[in-house]
Amino acid sequence: MDFKQWDGFNKSGKWTKEVDVRNFIQKNYTPYEKDSSFLVGPTEKTTKLWNKVLELYEKERENGGVLDVDVKTPSAVNAYAPGYINKDLETIVGLQTDAPLKRAIMPNGGIRIVEKSCESYGFKVDPETEYIYHTLRKTHNDGVFEVYTPDIRAARSSHLLTGLPDGYGRGRIIGDYRRVALYGVDVLIAEKKNDLETLDVNEFTEEVIRKREEIGDQIKALNDLKAMAEKYGFDISVPATNAQEAIQWTYFAYLGAVKDQNGGAMSLGRTSTFLDIYIERDLKAGILTEEIAQELIDQFVIKLRMVRFLRAPEYNALFSGDPVWVTESIGGMGLDGRTLVTKNSFRMLHTLENIGPAPEPNLTVLWSTRLPQGFKDYCAQISIKTSAIQYENDDLMRVTLGDDYGIACCVSAMRIGKQMQFFGARANLAKALLYTINGGRDEISGKQITPKFAPITSEYLDYDEVMEKYDNMMEYVARIYIKALNAIHYMHDKYSYEALEMALHDRDENILRTMACGIAGFSVVVDSLSAIKYAKVKVIRDETGLAVDYEIEGDFPKYGNDDDRVDQIGVELVKKFLQKLQKHYCYRNSKQTLSILTITSNVVYGKNTGNTPDGRRAGTPFAPGANPLHGRDVNGALASLNSVAKLPYEFCEDGISNTFSITPSTLGADKKTREKTLVGMLDGYFAKDAHHINVNVFDRDLLIDAMNHPEKYPQLTIRVSGYAVNFIKLTREQQEDVISRTIQEKI
Amino acid sequence: MNNLDVTGRIHSFESFGAVDGPGIRFIIFTQGCNLKCKYCQNRDTWDVSTGETYTVKQLLDKIENYKEYMQVSGGGVTVSGGEPLLQPDFLIALFTELHKAGISTCIDTAGIIPLTDRIKQVIELTDIFLLDIKSINDNTCTWLTGFSNKLELEFAKYLSDNNKRIWIRHVLVPGITDKDEDLLNLRDFISNLQIEKVEFLPYHTLGKFKWEKLGLKYELDNIRPANTRDVAHAKKMVIGDIS
Repeated sequence: MDFKQWDGFNKSGKWTKEVDVRNFIQKNYTPYEKDSSFLVGPTEKTTKLWNKVLELYEKERENGGVLDVDVKTPSAVNAYAPGYINKDLETIVGLQTDAPLKRAIMPNGGIRIVEKSCESYGFKVDPETEYIYHTLRKTHNDGVFEVYTPDIRAARSSHLLTGLPDGYGRGRIIGDYRRVALYGVDVLIAEKKNDLETLDVNEFTEEVIRKREEIGDQIKALNDLKAMAEKYGFDISVPATNAQEAIQWTYFAYLGAVKDQNGGAMSLGRTSTFLDIYIERDLKAGILTEEIAQELIDQFVIKLRMVRFLRAPEYNALFSGDPVWVTESIGGMGLDGRTLVTKNSFRMLHTLENIGPAPEPNLTVLWSTRLPQGFKDYCAQISIKTSAIQYENDDLMRVTLGDDYGIACCVSAMRIGKQMQFFGARANLAKALLYTINGGRDEISGKQITPKFAPITSEYLDYDEVMEKYDNMMEYVARIYIKALNAIHYMHDKYSYEALEMALHDRDENILRTMACGIAGFSVVVDSLSAIKYAKVKVIRDETGLAVDYEIEGDFPKYGNDDDRVDQIGVELVKKFLQKLQKHYCYRNSKQTLSILTITSNVVYGKNTGNTPDGRRAGTPFAPGANPLHGRDVNGALASLNSVAKLPYEFCEDGISNTFSITPSTLGADKKTREKTLVGMLDGYFAKDAHHINVNVFDRDLLIDAMNHPEKYPQLTIRVSGYAVNFIKLTREQQEDVISRTIQEKI
Repeated sequence: MNNLDVTGRIHSFESFGAVDGPGIRFIIFTQGCNLKCKYCQNRDTWDVSTGETYTVKQLLDKIENYKEYMQVSGGGVTVSGGEPLLQPDFLIALFTELHKAGISTCIDTAGIIPLTDRIKQVIELTDIFLLDIKSINDNTCTWLTGFSNKLELEFAKYLSDNNKRIWIRHVLVPGITDKDEDLLNLRDFISNLQIEKVEFLPYHTLGKFKWEKLGLKYELDNIRPANTRDVAHAKKMVIGDIS
């Protein structure tokens, strides 16, 4: 292959022979090891445009959270006329529908959820569309519930299995959107046609037929993408010519994906350093200035901040606001030892200064202790200023994932264009522990949820007996959990296949699929087991024999204090549960992985779980992700970080989330010291093989003020679990939880 | 006795100290204090007979887990209290071992203690001192802490004469320790010493609940917390042309 658009690039690599974006990056990028002094402020255009968007945000808020909905046309890559905010001010164009913040309906996932969402915001789905999806076209949601068995339904309604993507898009698939910029769509279509030929085989098995059909859908999606871009006046069948086009093409590809799918998380991948190559080429050629380069990135980010999905209010309550998880992974080190930090890594973070903090895109720094000092310092500076960055351990992930992976959603790492996951939400292992004690009866409703297991009948809990029975219960949970996930992902592929995102992947044979399972209630289980082991836990039963409360006699070591006696219980729990999941066949031969991540749903999960043997009261929120329970860590922040760092990433490859909040004055007396402390903290934490951390730096008083006067803080961003949220969009309950739970403040 | 077996009486730990000496520091709060500061924020550390006993070995095992953070940030261990210098044998053993492990040592003290040979040995093993000068005015110091500042000022001079790194700390209590005349005297006093840094800590009432919990009367009830203006003023008075 050769294109005049590639002039000025190093063409010696294999990237010109086959689709290989990583190779292109390696051959062409310019590592940047200096500081942030080259950065410039926003252009007038950007500021004007952003102010327009802020006005729209305000209207959206006044309108109860949704500005407008197209209630008739189901969304698709090329479903709508082009939309603009203000054409003269936009240097990167493209909206999900024909107007800004107007939401689309995506009934392939399920028509009922669409109807419910519309109704909650005062809209009504067009009758013809309703007719089609109720009568003619089956949805993912229909399919799943048709095949669900009674045991799955029971576990689901009792919140033993929670947050399953059976009524909403599974998401967590990252298309390699960069391919569109580098190769143009026609090359990608030609590749897919070639893949189709390799599937012209003698044995026409179901698998072969399915793959051929999927490739057919992918080719159609790519053609639709070209047509969509054409409506905006761009021909993306060929490669991008310059930086502006490269960003535009990449954004179009992403835009196509969010028009095609309302996925739980629609992440962007790892685009900054890729785009830097185009910017550097233009800067060298004298056809671009730093001001305009920053303008392009600022405007790209403005577009990413405007992605909206129509979702039910319950969903928003679970996940806090309106998250899309447009995760962009920044930085990291290359396999050859060069840093992957470029000037554009800085520009991307700098958007938080130019257009203020925001939850999206979900800016994720891939941290290595070997990152250039200038970049580390800038990250710390922006973290302290905006609380909008999360960090993940590149030194840990690079070992298995190489140097061209990205984060989907919060903490799920995957090789870009070569790996995807079947998102599996999480099993509530705290509830499973209570079911162990009650022989499978629910501690709140008293109903028999699992088959009858022998309950524990002794007055005091015996550690060995509990462990033996808990093992059996986990065995059961793992079995129905995988059953449910297999059903969900079979149906999702069948009725709501991510054709465009998968079109931006390698051929099927080269794709690793993971079955991404998760744990909720981690610290509750660990502390409960520790209480049973090291203190005496007396069971309080009601008249039907149901264990409803616990009395603890004596003290016990608590997770979050860097105390191996209890931390190792957590390590064993993770290993054990993964091994149980691994006993089962997973759909499409996917590989089981595990995460400890709850997002903000720790509040809801806690609400649905009764009193636990660690002394936690019924209804009280769980700790988020892998965090220790609020108030139990008494040896300061690093002891708490050390406890989390012990959890083995090899058994938790889908991520271990930790949320860290601290007041500025605890980090140090002045700005310089604070930055230095934060860099030291991150280096130390990741040197201990920890996987992830969200960093929030703010005063408690500020949050309390924001809770009472939301209008004063339209952009206040805080990090929870693996992503950022707009603080004022949290429910009051979640706000109170955040304030009470996490702030590390020394008296 | 082997250093590793020497014990100390400990009140509590803070694994993330970023404001008690340079870098990220592991902080050991010792139990027991000889002073009776009216504004004490750790009233529960006074009693010299309580606390949990730890051997130096146990502490080293704990501290070992934080080496990564200390190394990259230029931090170390800070012993605070209570009054750490009430346990010189423990400090000598601990600091000797910390130095062997390449970890920097720091003490947060009021220095109101006679300069015995044991104390001099502790000073020898301490890399940095956070020296709380309670008040340069002897009457104020006596009223506030129950003790004259004579020993404290001698202690400061001794540290300086022995080329120790010193960070002076001074709690600003509005109307009590922030009088202009006293601040100017403080400035004169420290201008004759080798001082690396002077920090003003605004008086706050966050430790008051600990007094109440112990059923004790908190005497500074009608005094307001110091604010950033108070700190800026004191800085101007004392540091002015020093830094």
